[in-house]
Amino acid sequence: MRSSPGGTPVLEARAISKSFPGVRALDDVSLALMPGEILAVCGENGAGKSTLMNCLSGIQQPDSGEIILDGEPVAIRSTREAMDLGIALIHQELNLADNLDASANIFLGREPHRHGLIDRRRIQSEATSMLEIVGADFGSEQLVATLRVGEQQLVEIAKALSLDARILIMDEPTSSLSDHEASRLFDVMRDLTGKGVSIVYISHRLGEIEQIADRVMVMRDGRNSGELPTEEIAHKSIVQLMVGRDITPTTTRPCHATEEVALEALGLVVPEHPDIPLNFRVRRGEILGIAGLVGAGRSELMRVLFGLQPALAGNLRLSGSEVSIGHPRDAIDAGMALVPEDRKMQGLFLEMAIHENISMASLHRRARSGLVDDRSEAKLAQKMIDKLAIATTGSAQIAQLLSGGNQQKVVLARWLALQPRYLLLDEPTRGVDVGARQEIYELIVRLAASGVAVLFASSEMEELLRLSDRVLILHDGRIAGELAREDLSEEAIMQIATGGQR
Amino acid sequence: MKKILGIFSLLVAICAVTAILNPNFLSAYNLQNTLRWTSLFGIISIGAAFVIITGGIDLSIGSVVGLIGCLMPYLLMHHEWGVGTALLAVGLISISIGLVHGLLITKLKLWPFVVTLCGLLIYRGIARWLTDDQTMTFGNDHPGIRQVAIGKFLALPGPFWIMLATGLLAAFVLNRTIWGRYLFALGRNEKAALYSGIRTDRMIILSYVVCSFLAGLGGVLFALDVNSVAPAMHGNFYELYAIAAAVLGGCSLRGGEGSILGVIIGAAVMRVLYNSINLLQIPTQLEFAIIGIVILLGVIADELVKRIVTARRGG
Repeated sequence: MRSSPGGTPVLEARAISKSFPGVRALDDVSLALMPGEILAVCGENGAGKSTLMNCLSGIQQPDSGEIILDGEPVAIRSTREAMDLGIALIHQELNLADNLDASANIFLGREPHRHGLIDRRRIQSEATSMLEIVGADFGSEQLVATLRVGEQQLVEIAKALSLDARILIMDEPTSSLSDHEASRLFDVMRDLTGKGVSIVYISHRLGEIEQIADRVMVMRDGRNSGELPTEEIAHKSIVQLMVGRDITPTTTRPCHATEEVALEALGLVVPEHPDIPLNFRVRRGEILGIAGLVGAGRSELMRVLFGLQPALAGNLRLSGSEVSIGHPRDAIDAGMALVPEDRKMQGLFLEMAIHENISMASLHRRARSGLVDDRSEAKLAQKMIDKLAIATTGSAQIAQLLSGGNQQKVVLARWLALQPRYLLLDEPTRGVDVGARQEIYELIVRLAASGVAVLFASSEMEELLRLSDRVLILHDGRIAGELAREDLSEEAIMQIATGGQR
Repeated sequence: MKKILGIFSLLVAICAVTAILNPNFLSAYNLQNTLRWTSLFGIISIGAAFVIITGGIDLSIGSVVGLIGCLMPYLLMHHEWGVGTALLAVGLISISIGLVHGLLITKLKLWPFVVTLCGLLIYRGIARWLTDDQTMTFGNDHPGIRQVAIGKFLALPGPFWIMLATGLLAAFVLNRTIWGRYLFALGRNEKAALYSGIRTDRMIILSYVVCSFLAGLGGVLFALDVNSVAPAMHGNFYELYAIAAAVLGGCSLRGGEGSILGVIIGAAVMRVLYNSINLLQIPTQLEFAIIGIVILLGVIADELVKRIVTARRGG
């Protein structure tokens, strides 16, 4: 499957440098992409990956250095020019009009027309064949809003292909996909490289890179940090190049679970799956992982537990006593905290200061007769910045200016400030770089050791294997299986999550 | 703070130009008058700011001013209610109006624009029907409460002191209390606010109640001031003045931004501008056009400054 591509690179970047005020984002970085190759680009957040991709796709211009396409130096001054040269960037955040159908999105802005009227039939038929190429199993007339993220991604790729893109730059395409959807995307990517398309692929998921990449280029602090040919691609060696140090997995950490049941769901029914009562318990000090494909009901369960939407039936018991939770405030008052799935939409106040972000959920506890206690707020923020090692110029900095990992730490800090006894986390490390990820894991383990009951939903296998004392696997809204720590393996989880038998 | 400095410079500039071109601008009478009207508009603009900070909008302010402005003389003169009872009644009516707006917006998830647009039509209609479209007046009665609006205290107009008290209280709530923090937070990101345990529905309802209550207060004061309330006219377009003052004063219609001092200066800009149009003998027909252009320029300047700042940051 993996060939060592030879010959001349289709796209080359030579000695690219790019500075922003106060930051040297790229310092003499080079990259070569061979025809029909999948080149993975890795690096912690802030290593310069995105800036490099922006330079290659015309969003930003390098200060110095050359971009060479098919042996010819080119200047790419806009995404339009990049498109004309056959380079398409597929963003982490998708850029689709979700009120239009798939075919309309594919031809957006260049609709084939006759006598000024849009030629719907041609759009439909061409879109259908494009969607076939990318292996989509939905029709071209399907409204984008009704598609899942993974399917929307296929629409983006189909759109790029219909523009005759020969080079696809994919920025964390799998960050919001389930493992199953991701592996479908990989099939599509392999298929495309077979047809001569070259792919630059940015990801934080190293397991995927091992699976899919022909070559890995690692960046660190705006420079080339190293490259690995196919045969040397291994999780550990990538991480070493990324962080410049050896991260040892905490596979042998002790289990802190006690016998005491902390959180117990009795016949809980989430609105999305009205016929399925859920029963489970989390013990004090236990870290319970919730696995499942996208759509299996993980986030929905979290939302019901935290009072964001009402349960249709069933009860929730915390430390033995029944609680009624109709609003997140009730959940907070009962000792719960939820680190939500989508940091930007549900977590952060991007334009507000770090200290305001950190204090938001516990503000009412710190207030005296309704007044914000500035001193206690500042103290809390400083304590959390130190405790979680948040890299910031100060607590007055606005959250938007932080890197993804540090933003996630700010959200975590908000919830830890409540000193919860029941901690719910939904995708706790999505879009977080390897270093910060490790710190977050350690923090969660420390909390469990101090007696917190932890319930975390994740679509990342590695995370589930690494953190969980026990894993519940959801499939189509029901608890399809449960694995104890000693039985945990990727295969075992996938087997159940995809609907197989234990 | 920078925003306030910008709008404050604009105010100073308009004052300076007007004063140079027509020294009458600086006459005690004119200054008192302008200050009184700035204060009246300031009060309703503070209410608008509360709603705008949550990311909402209230188009019914002018009609509430009209309805309450009619009700006050109507209750006092036609039904001979006591001043206290009448004030209590109009206060409760104003609060109920805000409560209904807030409930429709949060519980039924209706758009603030639509809800308050309907309010604009409904309250105006009720005011005209109730009074049979007759102009309402206090005549020469009730000099006591009329003094609140037209009299002076410590050499400054009564409404100024009411605006000052309202403004200080509003600024205190917005900047010092947890509820103020919650209002800004939900204006920035309502979902994140909800996830943080903020009872966002209650906060939004509260903002509409504050807005309608201050519109009602404004309605009473305007009526006491002019002493001749035409039900079809009184308060017309005031919601737009209030929204414009809030936006000029640094409130973002996207929510989450704004300061009370800025809003009051914004209201002052509007009034001074109106005053200069009269003093400089610019045809009054141009009034709306000039106010519109000045606001537009202000907003454009603000946007340009923002872009330059972002570009420097290296977005």
